[in-house]
Amino acid sequence: MSAIIAVDRITKRYGGLTVLDACSFEVPRGSITGLIGPNGAGKTTLFNIIAGVTRADHGRILLDGADVAGKKPHELFQLGLARTFQIPKEWTRMTVLENLMVVPRQQAGEGVLAAWFERGRVRREEMAILRRAEATLEILGLSGHRAALAGTLSGGQKKLMELGRTMMVDAKVVLLDEPGAGVNRTLLGDLAQHIERLHRGHATSFCIIEHDMDLIARLCDPVIVMAEGRVLAEGKMAEIKADARVRAAYLGAASPGMAAA
Amino acid sequence: MNALVGYGEYAVSLLTIGGIYAVMALGLNLQWGYGGLFNAGVSGFFAVGAYASAILTAPVTPGHFVGFGLPIIVGIVSAMLLSAVVGWFVGRICLRLQSDYLAMATIGIAEILRLVIDNEIWLTNGSRGIVAIPRPFEDLPGIWRDFAYLGLVAAVVAALYIALELLARSPWGRVMRAIRDNEAAAAAFGKDVASFRLQAFVLGSMAMGLSGALTAHAFKFIGPDATLPLITTFLVWVMLIAGGSANNRGAILGPILIWTLWSATELLTGTLPPEWQIRGSYLRVFLIGLLLQVVLQRFPRGLLPERPPRPPQAERVDAKEG
Ligand SMILES: Nc1ncnc2c1ncn2[C@@H]1O[C@H](COP(=O)(O)OP(=O)(O)O)[C@@H](O)[C@H]1O
Ligand SMILES: [Mg+2]
Repeated sequence: MSAIIAVDRITKRYGGLTVLDACSFEVPRGSITGLIGPNGAGKTTLFNIIAGVTRADHGRILLDGADVAGKKPHELFQLGLARTFQIPKEWTRMTVLENLMVVPRQQAGEGVLAAWFERGRVRREEMAILRRAEATLEILGLSGHRAALAGTLSGGQKKLMELGRTMMVDAKVVLLDEPGAGVNRTLLGDLAQHIERLHRGHATSFCIIEHDMDLIARLCDPVIVMAEGRVLAEGKMAEIKADARVRAAYLGAASPGMAAA
Repeated sequence: MNALVGYGEYAVSLLTIGGIYAVMALGLNLQWGYGGLFNAGVSGFFAVGAYASAILTAPVTPGHFVGFGLPIIVGIVSAMLLSAVVGWFVGRICLRLQSDYLAMATIGIAEILRLVIDNEIWLTNGSRGIVAIPRPFEDLPGIWRDFAYLGLVAAVVAALYIALELLARSPWGRVMRAIRDNEAAAAAFGKDVASFRLQAFVLGSMAMGLSGALTAHAFKFIGPDATLPLITTFLVWVMLIAGGSANNRGAILGPILIWTLWSATELLTGTLPPEWQIRGSYLRVFLIGLLLQVVLQRFPRGLLPERPPRPPQAERVDAKEG
């Protein structure tokens, strides 16, 4: 199996609205796959289905070759899937540092008895997690906000922090839902750099939903274009740009991003 | 001199009951403050603990089912265990509900338990309640007896505070607060939300059961009136919110302060003309509600608001220096 994620004829309806219509594509192992398409194309819904939040009406998802039907979100995380949200879901009344420190898997201190009776072991583990969290904040330029409550961050900072959460584990595959939304232009360049670095450092694959075509062009191969719940086109950015149907879909949706690109 | 002893006794009794409420509020704080679980049936868990310990420790009386004459410590431990079991069952059924539905479900369960207590006379002696519940330190003279019981309650509060504070600062507590702040994100990052919630709910229920047992032994009597939602559920919520939820110190300060004021309102309504006395209890609720409003105007997150624990590094530096 070469695909880290295979989306196989996924269909999802809400009432009479068909949001995903036998949608199929693959995220090649080790790739940074871009997922683009006009608003309402069904991209976020698809992410939620892959991550176990939403149940599909038909079709299967294969994660690293295995069918993950019926798996819950926390089980999928244990299987190596990490994600961010289009609308940030930060833990508002916790510090930025804590928001990262929650993430690592199988922390001994998450057991009540260990928290009471194995404090030495928990402390040592905490120190290691803390170091990783601080290094992550350093990379993201958020160190100055480490003690701030996450709810007080700006939209762009929350997006960065959410990326940081995915960096706290060595995930097999990371789903990023519009990581660049609300992030200013200079930070956007940094963001691309972070993702490139993560991609080089670990053997992590990415699937990125994004409206910023420069970011997609810089990072992603392949790029998958969705419209009305189906895959419209798929390939390198240059091929996608030349595709008449893609242009039509974007122009139809009056999205300036692609029309200009 | 006599007056002084009188005030002393009054203060001891205020602190004892305030302390028992603190046990209850610490349990609720674990559920609501750290876990975001809206338990509106505190009185039910209180009742389970109070009756369990009362039935097990009351003297054996011929021709009467009530009373097993077991040692007090057995009663108290059993009260906690039984509350945990009830909490587990209630949690398994109700915790998957949304917050407002959880509130309704727990109110319902507490009311069912109250009806059971009222009607299962063979077990609970119905509206007459259970009398002659043993009290520890009975052999001590005069006010020392009350002092010793206050000491016991204080020790329980201290032990519970330390246990819960260790939890709150641990990765376990961090996960609980994450679930409280955003459940979907906690699940997305691998946390088994249902399991953590159930743990918090059961542990909190145990504390509530413990407070029930401590009440039964303090008064040597327990009757259905003690399980009315007004003086358990309602008051303990006011105490926690006023003291500061997600802050274990707030969950101790709030009960002592509010219980003192609640008792003061009794003195106040005691001075009302007789035809008003009957409305006194409603007036007290009104006054406490008003007080909560005033506190929240000035301290929106309670007198001692939540403060995230310091990262572990600070402690390490302290340890090195020390
Ligand atoms: N829970 C839901 N109930 C009803 N409709 C929904 C729900 N979630 C998404 N939709 C609809 O599905 C369509 C696709 O939404 P979404 O997946 O968010 O698109 P995208 O992320 O590509 O912009 C939209 O028309 C949206 O209104
Ligand atoms: Mg979307």
